[in-house]
Amino acid sequence: MNAVEQEILKVIVFQLADKEYAIPLSNVQGIEKLMHITRVPKTEKYVKGVINLRGVVTPIIDLRERFGIPVSDNEETTRIIIITTDEMEVGFVVDSANDVIDIPVNAIEQQPEVVGSNEVDFISGVAKLENRLLILLHLDKVLNPAE
Amino acid sequence: MELNQYLEMFIEESKEHLQSCSDNLLELEKNPEDIAIVNEIFRSAHTLKGMSATMGYEDLADLTHKMENVLDAIRNEKILVTPDVLDVVFESVDHLEAMVMNIADGGDGKRDVSNTVAKLKRIESGEPVQQNAVELAAAEVATTTLVEQNSPELDYDSFEKTVILQSTEQGFNAYEISVTLRADCLLKAARVYMVFDILEKNGDVVKSRPTVDKLEEEQFDQDFKVALITQTSVDELHSKILKVSEVEKVTITQLTKDKFITSASAEAATTIEEVRENENPIVPQQKGQEESVSQKTSSPTKHATSKTIRVSIERLDILMNLFEELVIDRGRLQSISTEVKHAELNETVERMSRTMGDLQNIVLTMRMIPIETVFNRFPKMVRTLSRDLKKKINLEVIGAETELDRTVIDEIGDPLVHLIRNSVDHGIESPEVRRANGKPEEGNVTLRAYHSGNYVFIEIEDDGAGINRDKVLNKAISKGIVSKEIASTLSDKQINELIFASGFSTADVISDISGRGVGLDVVKTTIESLGGNISIESTEGVGSIFSIQLPLTLSIISVMLVEIEQETYAIPLSSIIETSIIKNSDILNAHNQKVIDFRGKVVPLIFLEEIFEVPRKEQIDQDYHSVVIVRKGEKLAGLVVDSFIGQQEIVLKSLGNYLTNIFAISGATILGNGKVALIVDCNALMK
Repeated sequence: MNAVEQEILKVIVFQLADKEYAIPLSNVQGIEKLMHITRVPKTEKYVKGVINLRGVVTPIIDLRERFGIPVSDNEETTRIIIITTDEMEVGFVVDSANDVIDIPVNAIEQQPEVVGSNEVDFISGVAKLENRLLILLHLDKVLNPAE
Repeated sequence: MELNQYLEMFIEESKEHLQSCSDNLLELEKNPEDIAIVNEIFRSAHTLKGMSATMGYEDLADLTHKMENVLDAIRNEKILVTPDVLDVVFESVDHLEAMVMNIADGGDGKRDVSNTVAKLKRIESGEPVQQNAVELAAAEVATTTLVEQNSPELDYDSFEKTVILQSTEQGFNAYEISVTLRADCLLKAARVYMVFDILEKNGDVVKSRPTVDKLEEEQFDQDFKVALITQTSVDELHSKILKVSEVEKVTITQLTKDKFITSASAEAATTIEEVRENENPIVPQQKGQEESVSQKTSSPTKHATSKTIRVSIERLDILMNLFEELVIDRGRLQSISTEVKHAELNETVERMSRTMGDLQNIVLTMRMIPIETVFNRFPKMVRTLSRDLKKKINLEVIGAETELDRTVIDEIGDPLVHLIRNSVDHGIESPEVRRANGKPEEGNVTLRAYHSGNYVFIEIEDDGAGINRDKVLNKAISKGIVSKEIASTLSDKQINELIFASGFSTADVISDISGRGVGLDVVKTTIESLGGNISIESTEGVGSIFSIQLPLTLSIISVMLVEIEQETYAIPLSSIIETSIIKNSDILNAHNQKVIDFRGKVVPLIFLEEIFEVPRKEQIDQDYHSVVIVRKGEKLAGLVVDSFIGQQEIVLKSLGNYLTNIFAISGATILGNGKVALIVDCNALMK
């Protein structure tokens, strides 16, 4: 969003179920393979727990759970995307993450059409690119537990 | 101008200078005759003034300047050092501190100090600050303001004046040189540089107008003035400067002592006698200067040992995190090398392990700072308090060099302030009472810090009245803190502990300083939240000792690791009393609560598995349970776990900003295998 004035927004593309999502590259600190997650009791269901990210205890959110998508078994391609915002550092569990692409800013529609399901609340826009449809996540809303 | 980058440095340095001012002022109070101390204070104030003016904090600079004037007068023995004068100077330092704090908090450093400024002015002009102030001062001080107006061409501040005067006495000449550049001069800054270059080769530049910075930025018209101390003759200087191209005119006037001190103003005539007298003080002062020179030769060694750089605590945390990663990798490497059985590899891994051990110590001690940073504000505080309360108190500080983790240092200040106020207010009696009780009028408060084991002890000892057992008991009963029945069974120690109960205050008159009854319980809570504890020893009529025990660091704690199914949890050793294995048949039911009989006490059982909702693969009925008996205050509880792993020192980590307020979890740590283990908050489990 802070890149609205810019022509191009660099994003990381990841998959959840059959949809493709995007997070601005500037918010992504890294992508990790699935590692041991320590469960933290009495937290929301989508909070998988915490991991040791090079000495920093980092909370992990399962985006499938967060968006109400049925959980799949961990597969080879499952990744943890480490997100940093001003206030916090968290990891998102996603089905796979492999693309960094440039989205022309004018391809982003701020008001998403009906995408269906629960994740509507977490979307800041939709980018249409040739034959792909990328859903841009609204990080603050995803990270705000009292949604 | 981009001053922001200097702001932090400015704040830190200002604090240091103010601290040095306070320290030296206290020193001065003990030795009012020692001019070297005044010089020291003056130097700090002067630097502070310069810095704050540069940073654009006019109020700060202004007040410092006023204070400086007074100090200067003291230095020149125009004002006697009296407690009243010092009060005002202390007050100024307090204001300055408040301003700096305000700047540090993002404010503009403005503050209404007119009252203090007025007082400073009154001192400076020799009027009594308070009615009972020394009248003598009045006559003596008259010249201070005078000298201010006296400066011939350039305005010299007191320090520069001293320098010039001393140099002339030592056979140097002081000149004021006025240089005019040609109107068509293009590279003014370059010419200035060349002139300064010549001057500095021939002597010392004391002052210039405009300032050197402005000259370098070409912020002047065509002429500038410089004060120079030199042995070179006027003619030589003149011709040398004229050799610089584009210099149009050079005027050199000599600064003689007389010309320098006296002024043409009419007032001077009446006080000229005194001015003459004042030339004498310069001689002893020079001696003082020499003394301080000899001190200086010794002081660099002192400074050399404490050469420091500032590193933000975040960076140290990062260093620590990375280091832990290394420790984990080292573990892996060790196990690989034992498998491979390669002699050279083994040796290298062992060497690396040892080096890392040393490294770990260094990383940990890097976060330690001397408790001095907290202690050094107390002498001034006690001084102010004792004057307010009209008591005579001597504060002794022992072990200020004792080192503690930065995080503990940050937290411990307020509780200590409270305890010291408490000792000064409630502990030490008034001089009359002390005399009547056959004690010396001056009370002693001792602040002591020392290491012992993995703990730091801080003690506040006073030789005051001590705790009056009956008074405390009556108060506690009247406030409903204990019942009469229980009261009679309490031991002395337990009674002393009562003063930490909330809503307790023994002072007959509630004073401004302490005694609103909100203090000591807060102190206790704060200290306990730091993982420490506080105890009192008191003998009525003889005095009290408040003793605080604190962990060396908050970032490393000893824990007991336990296992529940596949999950590992850490229970802080500080809350554990003991561990035990109990039989199923030992578990009793009381009011839907499973309890055990533990050494004659009924202890409720808490099944961590239920609390933490640990997923069980299969339900196993065990005949035996592993129980960790934990304590919160007087209460006990038994935490039921699957098995004990063992005791370990761990590094405490937060769960981050996303996960806050997790029930019964106080934090996390990273285990040797690289996995995260959660730390159990026993206090939350025992409501």
